[in-house]
Amino acid sequence: MLEGINLSLVDWSRAQFALTAMYHWIFVPLTLGLAIIIAIMETLYVKTGNPEWKRITKFWMTLFGINFAVGIATGIILEFEFGTNWSNYSWFVGDIFGAPLAIEGILAFFMESTFIAIMFFGWNKVSKGFHLTATWLTAIGANLSALWILVANAWMQKPVGMVFNPDTARMEMTNFWDVLFSPMAVHKFLHTTSSSFVLAAIFVIGVSAWYILKGRHVVMARKSIVVAAIFGILASLYTVMTGDSSARDIAHYQPMKFASFEGLYNGSEGAGLVALGLISQNVADPTNENLKDFTVKIEIPNVLSYMAFLNWNAFVPGVNDLIKGNEKYGVMGAIDKITRGKLAIEKLKAYKNAKKAHQLALADSLKTEIMSPDFQKNYFKYFGYGYISDPHTLVPSIPLSFYSFHIMVVLGMYFIFFFLMALYYTLKGKIHKKRSFLRIAIFTIPLAYLASQAGWVLAEAGRQPWVIQDLMPTMAAVTKISTGAVQVTFWLFAIIFTTLLIAELKIMMRQIKIGPKSEGGTN
Amino acid sequence: MFESLSLISLQQYWWLIVSLLGALFVFLTFVQGGGTLLFTIAKNETEKSLLVNTLGRKWEFTFTTLVTFGGAFFASFPLFYATSFGGAYWVWFAILISFVIQAVSYEFRKKPANFLGAKTYEVFLFLNGLLGPLLVGVAVGTFFNGAMFSLDDMNHVTWGTPFRGLEAVLTFHNVALGLAVLFLSRILGLLYFMNSVDNESIYNRSKKHLLYNTVPFLVFFLYFVIALLFKDGFAYKSGTGEVTLETYKYLHNLLAMPVNTIMLLIGVVGVLWGIISTLLKGDTNGIWFAGGGTVLTVWALLILAAFNHTCFYPSALNVQSSLTIENASSSRFTLVAMSYVSLFVPFVLGYIWYAWKSMNNKKISTGELEQEHHVY
Repeated sequence: MLEGINLSLVDWSRAQFALTAMYHWIFVPLTLGLAIIIAIMETLYVKTGNPEWKRITKFWMTLFGINFAVGIATGIILEFEFGTNWSNYSWFVGDIFGAPLAIEGILAFFMESTFIAIMFFGWNKVSKGFHLTATWLTAIGANLSALWILVANAWMQKPVGMVFNPDTARMEMTNFWDVLFSPMAVHKFLHTTSSSFVLAAIFVIGVSAWYILKGRHVVMARKSIVVAAIFGILASLYTVMTGDSSARDIAHYQPMKFASFEGLYNGSEGAGLVALGLISQNVADPTNENLKDFTVKIEIPNVLSYMAFLNWNAFVPGVNDLIKGNEKYGVMGAIDKITRGKLAIEKLKAYKNAKKAHQLALADSLKTEIMSPDFQKNYFKYFGYGYISDPHTLVPSIPLSFYSFHIMVVLGMYFIFFFLMALYYTLKGKIHKKRSFLRIAIFTIPLAYLASQAGWVLAEAGRQPWVIQDLMPTMAAVTKISTGAVQVTFWLFAIIFTTLLIAELKIMMRQIKIGPKSEGGTN
Repeated sequence: MFESLSLISLQQYWWLIVSLLGALFVFLTFVQGGGTLLFTIAKNETEKSLLVNTLGRKWEFTFTTLVTFGGAFFASFPLFYATSFGGAYWVWFAILISFVIQAVSYEFRKKPANFLGAKTYEVFLFLNGLLGPLLVGVAVGTFFNGAMFSLDDMNHVTWGTPFRGLEAVLTFHNVALGLAVLFLSRILGLLYFMNSVDNESIYNRSKKHLLYNTVPFLVFFLYFVIALLFKDGFAYKSGTGEVTLETYKYLHNLLAMPVNTIMLLIGVVGVLWGIISTLLKGDTNGIWFAGGGTVLTVWALLILAAFNHTCFYPSALNVQSSLTIENASSSRFTLVAMSYVSLFVPFVLGYIWYAWKSMNNKKISTGELEQEHHVY
């Protein structure tokens, strides 16, 4: 199955997907959050009838439009890249993964694209009420689009509601609701969208801070800060809650990812949480080069056990426990899993051969065995391990996971504090005097993007070497194509996306400089 | 309710839906066709802006339909998605890139400090209008003429040429379909301008170019259809899935499925009536006849490609690898689950129609653009 697939092809395909996903994710969170902030502002306009709110709404809507276009442009590539570069994966999971994508198109994208036209062009064409509805539906449509793709992504982290069909050699869905309401999916959706709201709120506050510093559009800026700060506080508290649930999901279903982002090499009861740390170049464990020492670390005792299992003394397995196994705590070692995975692959091959040779009785008995609950639970569950030869490759990059997790969390905490300060200063009428805070507010914008990207790096790079946890390694998912072809498209996309990003930033900054237009409409 | 349907009925139902999305997409490529005509129809900057804004309010529908078409195809016939997108790598990426550069062009074109200049974004619109319909047509041509792939036991694709799908342009029948779709999209673009823009000189110029584009469209379209009637096709046996060559396969399909054939004929008449009524009577409603006709024609052609035991994606490399609606589909469970979702489609079409109507009840004019807050 893996003949003709070389590592450099997998790496380039991953690089291309990461490039597309990360560029896409520059634009999406702002779209998700700003859509809602705009809808709140327009609601205030309709409720109060104050034309200032209409002017404010229209200004943020202009920035929304610029950002939205690039999000769409990068999104279409992402959707089709599943097919172009991960065709084996597309077949293996298409039965499950395709449905959310189709639903996303039918239910969410059309809602978004239909009502966005009314939102932008309908001010003088439809009633106030209809326009407001359209703005809310655009916001809901955008966030619904996120729901379905995140359901699909959650399924890759924790496959549920499916069975393997040996005849078609793929996973087939058996329970749609299990897929949709998998805790991983619910938490992922809530965490991703609420963190996007945080990013958008920071964007609004940062841009408004710039106006106050310049002494322009101060009334608009202050009103915007109040809306964004309240929205930001609620969203960031929710982000913390859902992040906490997500961490528990990872501890249960992806223990290796959990151990990696905490830099936990040897598991223990009452494990401590490394709040801050720096990883050194020294190898901590001679049997595994991937495990580096910490130069410094601040550890809070017992917190990791509580975070993972809501029990201060629970055992949290470390990387070494997961590789070598730990009988005392019932942790199966990697070699055992690999053996079971290989056996599952052998059985499947034997079944395929028997079918080809028309040995129907043998084929039937092999199929019954493969489909039996015992085989599914004890062997097939480790199917993907059958492709792994070196157990150490089961560990994702620890520095990447560790730093992306910690950057995300530390910044997340800072954002709560930031929103509280912004709201306090504005409500007290002191914000225009706090010039250092206003400058910090501007520089908080890139930090919000950093935290948001870090979250995805953790989710995706931390899942490696799996494309589907325990069932399909990334190297088995790739399309068989020349590495050169992928290199060409990689650079092509890098150039196109970078050009679009530069254009977007230049246009956005100019529009911010121009500021809100005076209101000439009659509505 | 869908649980009681047989697997083959579900597979047919989903082919009908995916084909309908494809057909709606071809109708909506009036946005692309219009994009190739900016420099031809507009004689000054104001007129050009008028055209760009007219198209700009609709581009998201075309784009969304393409994305949904991809998603629905992935969901219902994942083996096609895996085989064709992974296999015909360059063709699909060329199509996609043309849509990527389009997606920002409307929004960025007239914005200050837009980095590349208005002209570049107009060229992007032109390129998307040219490459999008042309290559989509060529790619759909391979539904009839086959593609160079082979599948192994695990259904993993191997492609037979290093050109990864670009070799499809060597088959003239594919190219003829591509050119027919391109000229059709231009015809639809012109009819859309005539319907939506309140400007007499744009109307008159569009009318003149309507004739110029109709002639090549008819030549390539008729060539495609007539050649199709005389073409061999690949049939498969239900149950075993064994694929065999059948002479006059598509002619047989036309005779075996009279309702579909009637739909095809009504579609073609609709397109022609849309054009002729505009040319002779100076109508502005040609877009609705030609658009409706386009949907019926494309829908019928796609049904022709897959129903009546026809391989909808024949393999020119290894005949037995050919894809059919039976061997490429999702499982019964997934098809049933998605069929429930498909019940929302009329509702979605309903609100799109309502939104479209409330936005288009007045023609777009230069006066309106001057007053508008959000212009492209």
